[in-house]
Amino acid sequence: MPTARTEARADLERIARTLRSHIVEATTKAGSGHPSSSLSMVEIVTVLYFGGVLRYDPLDPHNPERDRFILSKGHGAPGLYAVLAEAGYFPVADLMTLRRLGSPLEGHPNMCRLPGVEASTGSLGQGFSIAIGHALGARLDKRDYRVYAMVGDGESEQGQVWEAAMYAGNHGLDNLTLIIDRNGNQQTGAVADIQPLDPLDEKLRSFGLEVRTIDGHSFDEVSAAFDWARSVSGRAQAIIANTIKGKGVALLEAGQGKWHGKPIPPDEEAKALVEIGA
Amino acid sequence: MSLGLERITLEDGPATREAFGDALAEIGADERIVVVDGDVNNSTFTNKFAERYPERFFNVGIAESNMIGIAAGLAACGKIPVASSFSTFLLSNAFDQIRMSIAFPNQNVKLVGTHAGISIGEDGPSQMAIEDVALACSLPGFTVIVPADGPSTSAATKVMIETEGPTFMRCGRPKVPVVYSEGAEFHLGKANTLRDGDDVTVIANGIMVAMALDAAEALASDGIAARVLDMHTVKPIDVAAIERAANETRAIVVAEEHLAYGGLGSIVAMVVGERKPIRLAFVDIGDTYATSGTAEELLAQYGLTPGAIADAARRVLKD
Repeated sequence: MPTARTEARADLERIARTLRSHIVEATTKAGSGHPSSSLSMVEIVTVLYFGGVLRYDPLDPHNPERDRFILSKGHGAPGLYAVLAEAGYFPVADLMTLRRLGSPLEGHPNMCRLPGVEASTGSLGQGFSIAIGHALGARLDKRDYRVYAMVGDGESEQGQVWEAAMYAGNHGLDNLTLIIDRNGNQQTGAVADIQPLDPLDEKLRSFGLEVRTIDGHSFDEVSAAFDWARSVSGRAQAIIANTIKGKGVALLEAGQGKWHGKPIPPDEEAKALVEIGA
Repeated sequence: MSLGLERITLEDGPATREAFGDALAEIGADERIVVVDGDVNNSTFTNKFAERYPERFFNVGIAESNMIGIAAGLAACGKIPVASSFSTFLLSNAFDQIRMSIAFPNQNVKLVGTHAGISIGEDGPSQMAIEDVALACSLPGFTVIVPADGPSTSAATKVMIETEGPTFMRCGRPKVPVVYSEGAEFHLGKANTLRDGDDVTVIANGIMVAMALDAAEALASDGIAARVLDMHTVKPIDVAAIERAANETRAIVVAEEHLAYGGLGSIVAMVVGERKPIRLAFVDIGDTYATSGTAEELLAQYGLTPGAIADAARRVLKD
């Protein structure tokens, strides 16, 4: 039976630093990838996998009772791979094969090649719908697993996200939690300049979801949000997590709009790792 | 140019969409089967499944992208989702979702597109799927089925459910002539030789199969012996049957209710070109959109008739 791992607060902080260093090292070694989009989601996935939220068993990744985490923003793959490796789905050393020929750690997640990946994503907008399918599957099979889907705020410009929100909202899928990694930036600039989403909370609420907005880098707020999500009955939930793209690396944090899809250059890597402090 | 034989008999049997809906309801007790609908269930006839098994029927509204994603998620949970809509809304509207959420992860989703081709008639080109076979065949791992009539659609529906892997089945709107007897067997990837002959082979599927048989009859009166193959499975194509036809007859005519590029004709040409080059002729919609009209009028206007098939056979044999 899959179970949740519940680590102490100090361990969560240590794991988050480890994930950040994996993200930086793997993408810098690969010479490509999306470290900044991965760094914004670190606290959220740390709490999901180590903070007593997801019930999973890396030795039995397809167990039908498992909770599901679907990374719809597939370019956050380095962040997903880092947490899956630390959770025990595959060796941590494999992280350094990211994007290499033959490696199952492809540029975007491929569920057929890597255990723990719940959906093949990377063409934006699709993961929330897939999560609804899993949530309906739980209802049909009378299982109590929960489904979490993470989308980006830029990704939320895709119409399919709102088709899915309408469905989730209208059908009371209380075993389904949408997480929006709201790092405020997309490929060529700020979401607020390109296709402003506000009032995002009101939009989601009007689609029938229960909504909570949090600081996505605060362990307390992230943990409390997942506690809240599990307590909601009769409605799907959305957690809007305000985050910082490139969180933890000064070069990326200061260079918003310039680092989407770009790894940290090798000569900046050591400094970044010191800042992360893993 | 005379089209010769003009008889287009569209009304002898059930529409393939209705045969699909009946078959799905018939086997619906299988709890693995779930149906996802884009609010056209009374047109696709998945309403017959819905009446019997409402707990496994999901009308997601007019939102094909979400429909495909939901089907993919259900498949990942071990269900056998049948996602059904008008073929053009399914394949064209949701193509990237099909590519990304079904084909790439090889999910066991069954796509059933109805109202395919120009024989939907009066609703016009916006509703006509004439690119769908090409789109579906382009997807790695997909099985693509275009059944000819009610009995074979019924059999194909059951085989589709029992066969693991992503599948697209194409059904039509109008009633169509019955080609097969009730209870006919259906073997995926195996063309049916409906009539033998050694002068020319007509390879057809869907609505064009019955017309190919009519064309063969007309050709026989001219002393031309036509073999007729029902190529109901476009992918994987029956390479052996095509190779035999190329070896044993002098020319091949391919007939389909689809655009010229990327459908059955293109795939047959690939096989013939590689295995045994012989003369080919193509009866299809060409490279154009159609208009409104009755099904019979449109089929005649766009050259999808027994006469057009027979003319193509005579022409290619003469060259």
